[in-house]
Amino acid sequence: MNNALINDEPIPLLKRLNWQDWLYSIVLLAGAIFAFNRYSHHMDVYEQGFLFGAVATFSWLGWSWKAMRNLVLGVGVLSLFAIFVYDADLQRAEQAFFLKYLISSQSAIMWMNVLFILATVTYWVALFNRSQFTGKFASSLAWAAVLMGFVGLMVRWYESYLIAPDVGYIPVSNLYEVFILFCLITALLYLYYERRYATRQLGGFVMLIISAAVGFILWYIFDREAYTIQPLVPALQSYWMKIHVPANFIGYGAFSLAAMVGIAYLLSARGILASRLPSLDTMDDLMYKAIAVGFAFFTIATILGAMWAAEAWGGYWSWDPKETWALIVWLNYAAWLHLRLVKGMRGPILAWWAVVGLFVTTFAFIGVNMFLSGLHSYGEL
Amino acid sequence: MRFAVSLLTVLGIASIIGTVLKQNEPYTNYIIQFGQFWFEVFEVLGLYDVYHSVWFLLILLFLVISTSLCVYRNSPNMLREMRVWREHATEKSLRAFSHQHEYQANGTPDEIRAGLTRFLTARGFRFKTVQHENGDQLIAAKAGTYQRLGYIFTHTAIVVICVGGLIDGNVPFKVQELLGYKTVEVRDIAASEVPAESRLSTANLSFRGNMTLPEGTSADVAFMRMRDGYLVQELPFRVALKDFRIEHYATGQPKSFESDLVITDPDLAEPLEATISVNKPLIYKGIAIYQSDFQDGGSNLDFNLWGLFSNQVAPLSVRGTIHQEVTLGEGDTALTVEFDDFRKFNILNLTADGKGKPHNVGPNVTFKVRDTQGQAREYVTYMQPLKLDERFYFVSGMRPALQEEFKYLRIPVDENFEIEGFMRLRAAMMDSAAHAEIARRLTKSSLSADADNDDMKGKFESSVTQLLRAFAEGGYTRIAALIEDSVPEEQRDNAAQTYIKIISSAAFEAHNLARERADKSPAVADEETLIFLQDSLNSLSDIFFYGAPFYLELKEYEHREASGLQLTRSPGKNLVYSGSVLLVLGIFAMIYIRERRIWLLVKSDNRVLFAMSSNRKNRDLDLEFARYQEQLQRLLA
Repeated sequence: MNNALINDEPIPLLKRLNWQDWLYSIVLLAGAIFAFNRYSHHMDVYEQGFLFGAVATFSWLGWSWKAMRNLVLGVGVLSLFAIFVYDADLQRAEQAFFLKYLISSQSAIMWMNVLFILATVTYWVALFNRSQFTGKFASSLAWAAVLMGFVGLMVRWYESYLIAPDVGYIPVSNLYEVFILFCLITALLYLYYERRYATRQLGGFVMLIISAAVGFILWYIFDREAYTIQPLVPALQSYWMKIHVPANFIGYGAFSLAAMVGIAYLLSARGILASRLPSLDTMDDLMYKAIAVGFAFFTIATILGAMWAAEAWGGYWSWDPKETWALIVWLNYAAWLHLRLVKGMRGPILAWWAVVGLFVTTFAFIGVNMFLSGLHSYGEL
Repeated sequence: MRFAVSLLTVLGIASIIGTVLKQNEPYTNYIIQFGQFWFEVFEVLGLYDVYHSVWFLLILLFLVISTSLCVYRNSPNMLREMRVWREHATEKSLRAFSHQHEYQANGTPDEIRAGLTRFLTARGFRFKTVQHENGDQLIAAKAGTYQRLGYIFTHTAIVVICVGGLIDGNVPFKVQELLGYKTVEVRDIAASEVPAESRLSTANLSFRGNMTLPEGTSADVAFMRMRDGYLVQELPFRVALKDFRIEHYATGQPKSFESDLVITDPDLAEPLEATISVNKPLIYKGIAIYQSDFQDGGSNLDFNLWGLFSNQVAPLSVRGTIHQEVTLGEGDTALTVEFDDFRKFNILNLTADGKGKPHNVGPNVTFKVRDTQGQAREYVTYMQPLKLDERFYFVSGMRPALQEEFKYLRIPVDENFEIEGFMRLRAAMMDSAAHAEIARRLTKSSLSADADNDDMKGKFESSVTQLLRAFAEGGYTRIAALIEDSVPEEQRDNAAQTYIKIISSAAFEAHNLARERADKSPAVADEETLIFLQDSLNSLSDIFFYGAPFYLELKEYEHREASGLQLTRSPGKNLVYSGSVLLVLGIFAMIYIRERRIWLLVKSDNRVLFAMSSNRKNRDLDLEFARYQEQLQRLLA
């Protein structure tokens, strides 16, 4: 916060940027221009908009959250390296050392899984030892996991095109891919708040839910071979999906984060780990912030979903089980925010509610796919 | 508010019921699932179409009204709050604030005031200065007042979205139905015969109907499924399907569904041609036409009909058309084959552990065989042999009722990859006239030639004949029954083994007899032949459970597809979308704009009282206050 002030006067974002910020944005822009020159004839107007929109979005993200710059550049460099090593030959995944052990999508995602588990353990060690250093190390592990996860998704994107040009798609389309996305987004949200609130003590809790998702991914990989890239069914071939799904997962990720903080809150309120965890007020505030972000993005995602449904199914709202459960999740958190913002409620009730909310959210996320049938039957187990 | 919350809760619960109970199924499915009594109870409650039931719509309406009232009552207050400066705050009340601090400032009053206003402006506060009679100056500042617009926006948005939804719901029909003008048609009759009270005119404001068009046909009405019947929606134009295409990926999975449509309309100089696909509808005259599904449009199929329990060697030809039926036989034993569906591509995963890759196994046909009593069994038969457990079989599934799983009959392929080999063997095994000959050959080949005991040969022959007859009457089940009837319990295992052995050996003789009759060279008893015979005997035993006295082998097809289109007119869509935009704006305003007010009371003795408040007391306020308090300290020092 202090570096945002000169003589006690706040300075606008643009004046705060240093040469690294500008270099970062120039690299992004150069990449976009390169891609545009080379591939613009394959893109429609939306995709061109997305390309340059991404430059703006990631510039802004990197400017306001410096660690993001390293992540974006790291993902870019590793992904380009993977593409270079692949040399347009899918067989290289088994032959080239770097691909086989490090950055083919399957390996990178495995690394992500391992790193998330390690991060979870390390965060808990840090919590019990009250060790600043271990905490920092845990954060680094989490960042590394996020890096590898994004590299895995990027390379998977490339690999899907190597299978056949008409098979290629952005990997946010099946349960396996969105679970990875869920881990990454939840971790990123957590890492953001970790810095904002200058506390690493909640890492262990948040990483638990990520580890659970990692467990699911592992089961999915080993039991169902979910990593095989299957081409998209016609209904999913839409640019709406590419924004609907990530927006939804910002929502799911934020709600999960809030629930895990809620658990920490409830434990702390009972005196368990109280001396090691942040103050109740801090956790309460974090919970609110997370749910607010989640709610905003979940709303957007649901609306985008409705617009997509209008285009694919002929109606913006069909009372399909997934839609209906999205509505229930939405109503649930709307009530939560109402109680807090309008009635001024605080404390354990809201924490409990956030925890219960996770179950509702989880049901909407996977339960619907498992138990109920409907139009959203792409993600069946 | 409390009322609205309880309505929302009811709505939530109703919605959950709607997701758990499959909506808009054919009513017979519900009767099977719940039984007659509960079926009727649930029907009265409207649970089969919760989201369009009268009570659900009424709750929605109440919500709209109560939310509208809420907005109407509170908005003026909110807007006033946004405008006011609260410049009449007294020193006493400011001192009562939880967030307040007093400073002793240095400098002239003007300098102090200039510093303070700069301080406020730099932080995005707008302010108003009032001069008090006692010489004090009060600077009343505010920021983030647009937060209150968030409240108005979100609540208005909910009303707008619900109204849009109600417009697009079937409220007008509901009303007409209640007044007795319209009814749901439940009879299965041609669209043109549906009476006016089940037809909706082109003036209907909003609808969502379906249309199934076989290639080369056209229609100017859509059907709307409703409860246990349907309604006919007339369209202001005619839609014709020129061609329907499915494209596939290299792996066989479908890649795209496309329909080439031709729209004819008196308003058009010439017909409008357009291609629609999933995610790419056509909008004409405010009606959107979507690619929704596809089905068979009446493919012509040529079958070989093999009698399963006869000695018939050559098959009969049968021609069938999907959605039509063929009657086989006469009188009480007549069977009607109803051809239901033909699929050209079937992506199946046939690996034993289910872990392999699914692939296309070629066409299949689904049909029902109905007897004169009306009892029907459903069959699904694959045209090409499927690879199961490393061997190839002609596969046909049967189920006696729709809710049951298919049980599959697998018939092994012969050396030419055809069904003939099995059918020849079957003809011999089912031919009682051939049993004696088979038995004779078996005796000759299995008993040593010089065995002089003619009596024993005769006994053996007759028991083989007997076994063959039993097998032809009921397969292994019949043999088992035979053993149970005639063999003492402790010898049954041995007897069973012997009998099975005899039948296997007899099958080999039957196989060669059949080959002889078909002018084919005799088979050698190699492993390939033995496995074929083993599989054949299993199939021969299974045909007694197949339920039909014949096997329909699909030989040729002439594929004709039908495209399923969905047609919607939803004028409420724009309302819903604008409501959605409003909702997002409102949510961001409510959450991310924080309304804060600051009062700086500059007393004539250079004391400055700093007070701060927010309509939401939270950590952000504490932090911001602490920061400003420090900054003001430095500013005023």
